[in-house]
Amino acid sequence: MIPAPFTYKRAGSVDEALDLAAADGDEAKFLAGGHSLLPLMKLRLAVPEVLIDVSRLRELSYVREDDGHIAVGALSTHDQLARSDVLAAKLPLLAHVASHVGDPQVRHRGTIGGSLAHADSAADLPAAALALEATLVARGPSGPRAIPATEFFQSLFETSLEPGELLTEIRFPKPASATGWAFQKFTKRAIDWAIVGVVVQGGNVALINMGQTPLRASGVEQALASGASPADAAAHAAEGTEAGTDLNADRGYREHLARVLVARALDEAAARA
Amino acid sequence: MSILGTRVLRTEDPRLLTHGGIYVDDLREPELAGAARVTFVRSPVAHAEITGIDTEAALAAPGVVAVLTVKDLDDLPPPPPPPAEGEAAANEGAPLPLGGVWSEPLFAVDRVRYVGEPVAMVITDDSYQGEDAAELVSVDYEQLPPVVGIGVALDSEQLLFPGTTSNVAVNHPLAASTADFDGCDVVVEQTIVNQRLAPMPMEGRAAAARWADGKLTFWVSTQNAQISRFILAGALGLDPAAIRVIAPDVGGGFGAKVGIDRDALMVAWAAKHTGRALRWAETRSENLTGMTHGRDQLQVVKIGGTRDGQILAYHQDVVQDTGAYPRMSGFLPTLTNLMAAGSYDFPNVQAGYRVVVTNTTPISAYRGAGRPEATAAVERAVDLFATEIGMDPAEVRRKNLIPKDKFPFTTKTGAIYDSGDHVAVLDKVLEAAGYWELRAEQARRRERREVLQLGLGLATYVEITAADAAGGETARLVVHGDGTATAYTGSSAHGQGHHTAWAMLVEAELGIPMEKVTVIHGDTDLIPFGVGTYGSRSLQLGGTAVHLAAVDVKEQARRVAAELLEASEDDLELDTDSGGWQVRGDPATRRSWAEVAGHAGAAGITAETNFTEGHPTFPFGTHLAVVEVDTETGKVRLIRHITADDAGTVLNPLLVEGQRHGGIAQGAAQALLEEVVYDADGNPLTATLVDYAAITAAELPSFELVKSETPTDANPLGAKGIGEAGTIGATPAVQNAVVDALSHLGVRHVDMPATPSRVWAAISEARKQGEGE
Amino acid sequence: MKVSVSVNGSPVVAEVPDRTLLVHFLRETADLTATNVGCDTSSCGACTVLLDGKSVKSCTVLAAQADGSEVTTVEGLGGADGMHPVQRAFHTEHGLQCGFCTPGMVMAAVSLLAENPSPTEEDVRSGLEGNLCRCTGYHNIVRAVLAAARDGASQ
Repeated sequence: MIPAPFTYKRAGSVDEALDLAAADGDEAKFLAGGHSLLPLMKLRLAVPEVLIDVSRLRELSYVREDDGHIAVGALSTHDQLARSDVLAAKLPLLAHVASHVGDPQVRHRGTIGGSLAHADSAADLPAAALALEATLVARGPSGPRAIPATEFFQSLFETSLEPGELLTEIRFPKPASATGWAFQKFTKRAIDWAIVGVVVQGGNVALINMGQTPLRASGVEQALASGASPADAAAHAAEGTEAGTDLNADRGYREHLARVLVARALDEAAARA
Repeated sequence: MSILGTRVLRTEDPRLLTHGGIYVDDLREPELAGAARVTFVRSPVAHAEITGIDTEAALAAPGVVAVLTVKDLDDLPPPPPPPAEGEAAANEGAPLPLGGVWSEPLFAVDRVRYVGEPVAMVITDDSYQGEDAAELVSVDYEQLPPVVGIGVALDSEQLLFPGTTSNVAVNHPLAASTADFDGCDVVVEQTIVNQRLAPMPMEGRAAAARWADGKLTFWVSTQNAQISRFILAGALGLDPAAIRVIAPDVGGGFGAKVGIDRDALMVAWAAKHTGRALRWAETRSENLTGMTHGRDQLQVVKIGGTRDGQILAYHQDVVQDTGAYPRMSGFLPTLTNLMAAGSYDFPNVQAGYRVVVTNTTPISAYRGAGRPEATAAVERAVDLFATEIGMDPAEVRRKNLIPKDKFPFTTKTGAIYDSGDHVAVLDKVLEAAGYWELRAEQARRRERREVLQLGLGLATYVEITAADAAGGETARLVVHGDGTATAYTGSSAHGQGHHTAWAMLVEAELGIPMEKVTVIHGDTDLIPFGVGTYGSRSLQLGGTAVHLAAVDVKEQARRVAAELLEASEDDLELDTDSGGWQVRGDPATRRSWAEVAGHAGAAGITAETNFTEGHPTFPFGTHLAVVEVDTETGKVRLIRHITADDAGTVLNPLLVEGQRHGGIAQGAAQALLEEVVYDADGNPLTATLVDYAAITAAELPSFELVKSETPTDANPLGAKGIGEAGTIGATPAVQNAVVDALSHLGVRHVDMPATPSRVWAAISEARKQGEGE
Repeated sequence: MKVSVSVNGSPVVAEVPDRTLLVHFLRETADLTATNVGCDTSSCGACTVLLDGKSVKSCTVLAAQADGSEVTTVEGLGGADGMHPVQRAFHTEHGLQCGFCTPGMVMAAVSLLAENPSPTEEDVRSGLEGNLCRCTGYHNIVRAVLAAARDGASQ
């Protein structure tokens, strides 16, 4: 119920956050909205000795239309993304997915950077980042670097972020107008994590909770690219996936759901295009 | 016009809404200033010998006052001696813990039998330190083969209790003849799982204790302050008069807070042992493994009858998993047996049960406590029979329900239903729901092979309330010299709104406005004798006691008023509209309650009652659930739920509706979502609210409630109990609806909870077998 | 560390362990016990308060993160006659029984209506999916929120 003792430090700027992280090394974790990290700490599954609170870095909370891409500050909350006029007009899929993360209280605190850095393959935004071909911008002791989403998610709860690196921005290529999109999240209850989920942006199809990381359903994408109908393409949904078995579903059921949800998502996307 | 039967808003609300209730962990009593905190160390394994406990590191941790284990319990009276040989096996049907070789200790002694069993406690200045220190207590366990699940308990040679001959703690299996089914055209058998649930009140278990001058003051989140006091007296070797138990606001109970359990007892003991006032409030994770669970029966049912829908015989054989210690082991399945016949007039009903112990959390009462299990079994059986003969389940029920003119009705299992009109509630619900239109819509969707199929599920039920009618309930009513009144009740509300309801009863009888009536419960110094709230007994017993106390007060007041008005008692009337005594027809003579009570003396006018009923009462009803099943994914959505729950005369429709709503939600939750799961080693897999799928507002529709009031003669209020009825009716209705949605695919049964995965498995299996296509 | 939070309009300043959860800061340091702890996995919503006007689960916020912010609990809601329209609606619609989930439920409802002044029943049900109640079956809670919306509660 209560985290193990730790030292709380608050960063007033990105530079300060990086300096603090460099000083404390492995003992430190960044704290943004806290809705991935604090629940783990309360169950003592994570026991960092230092928390560096970056949640007040307002300069990292924005949604901007730049040339060729939408730039989203890493500390934008899910609620901010759900309500963003820029996203509604230019990247509605992201707003829609953000509006389905957790519940209203969670969305008031949780951030996109925090969610992506946490890299839970059952979470919604990592798959959305993959489907949207996002580039994740991180800043660390050796300066900034841009990491494609395809290289960012390494394994369950593991990313390619180096120790001491902080996500600052996520860039999404602007889709052509009238690109279809869809989001299918299959749960037992509305507040549950997705048993399986599907994110579609144009010809990109990403899967939630079908492996250790979010996955692109390349079999589906290839079929679509070669002119298959949505229904036929969807039959490939489980190819290359490593779905797990847990209380909610076994591997076979997940693979079945993936096929059903991909078919539904493709139909939904086509209706929007 | 009487206030009884009208919608009266709750007097409890303003305080709860603006200031918040004061639950045990909110108490700021001066006696608890400086209290230390208790944190338990609990077993992480299901079955093991304890070979050592090392408290050294914990003792050195910041803020630690003490670390206590079983060896510190030497200041308690010894437990009762084990029974003579043969007594353990003969302990069948015992309503309460079996004792002897089956006894449950306070701290685990040499063996742990379930994950979560308390092994030690740390006492610290604050709760944060408590969590840190508890982690430092090092316990050595030598694991024993775990016994998990009813099948394993029956077959395994591994015994939980040395000195017993099997894991069957109570043995009353069905021994009826198959000849009962001679003459049946159709016989259906089914094994049914009534799964284990967590009661999960929003407030977990909590207690606070302080000893001063040889007396214990004990605050605890309980449904029964007086019973808790007796339990404490027995366990601690004290005179009950030396104990004061206070139940402050209680954040839900649902049967799991009946009396107090070993953890709370140890808090009381530890306060004396250390000389410190102590507080304890469990976390939700502790609650989901440490508070008793509910249900968990494996049921074999057999039902047979004629092709024209007459059911001739019904057999029900149950194995109850009681968890690691037999707390309510004999009691719950005796009710399942008693109510096996349900709402029907079957010529032949036989029921039996066994109780097994397993390395899991002990099982106790949970909303319905043995009766939902009976209703779920027979309602599933009736639907199976209906499907087999190809008759609509509403029609099969109609043909077999107890007719109105047969009440009071004695069932083949020995229950005497006091009053009922089962066919009427069935018809009311069918009409309110538009049942035949729904059947037509179902047919259309089947014809068009739509993905989203409709399912209709019925449940007709009878339930037993105030099963302990002879236990009665107490009330003391005082009208004070200022014209206000105080009602002391043995009932113990934890959300039911008794303060409002009892004040209504006083106003109705005496004309003292509700705003001037204070209701007090849950303090043994003020109310030394009482039973408390469980089993849907409170209105019929506790409310009636208040009512009768008011009648008694009225008669005493009549004598006093006669003296005051210098008139004959026969010439006086109490005008309940104005709350005044007067000579009949002469308002000029009117005297207020203040004047009359004041004239009686400084103590006003007091009446004490203890009301017992001659028999329990039997509410009844019909539920219809309408579900939509996505046949491609297995996901079920409850889209409508229509009920008639008849609990006799309704005192306050607002409160009754609230009880029905809450009951329906918990009942639907069992059918669709909730389940406590253990792995084969006894590790709980649903020990947090992430995994235990408690139902939320997003999974439920608004409910459609139909009125029905068939009074009972058991008490002057004509009231039966409503608290558990909604749960009892809802679970089988929803389960039957899920099966009904898939019956055209050949699905005959789906066990609960009907999660998407389970429903999909049923659909896939049926499609493979190619039935119905 | 030293934490300073404006709670229901009044400053509460204290030196607390860094790991202090906001819910405990409110219950123990500010001595406002209406907000309850109902779980340990951020699932139940009983601890819901407003942080700078937005509903949050105060068990999943460090007191340190609320330093310099404004917190509103149910004790700070009351209007002219002591009750905010949402509280009044919970009363008239019988939206509470044992009361344990109620403070969090009310604050979640206040936030919901601030963001969506005219919700549909479905909006209310999904808007409250992070708040568990064991007693009411949610039926009257939903009615209360809809009634409060009609009464212009968001103003």
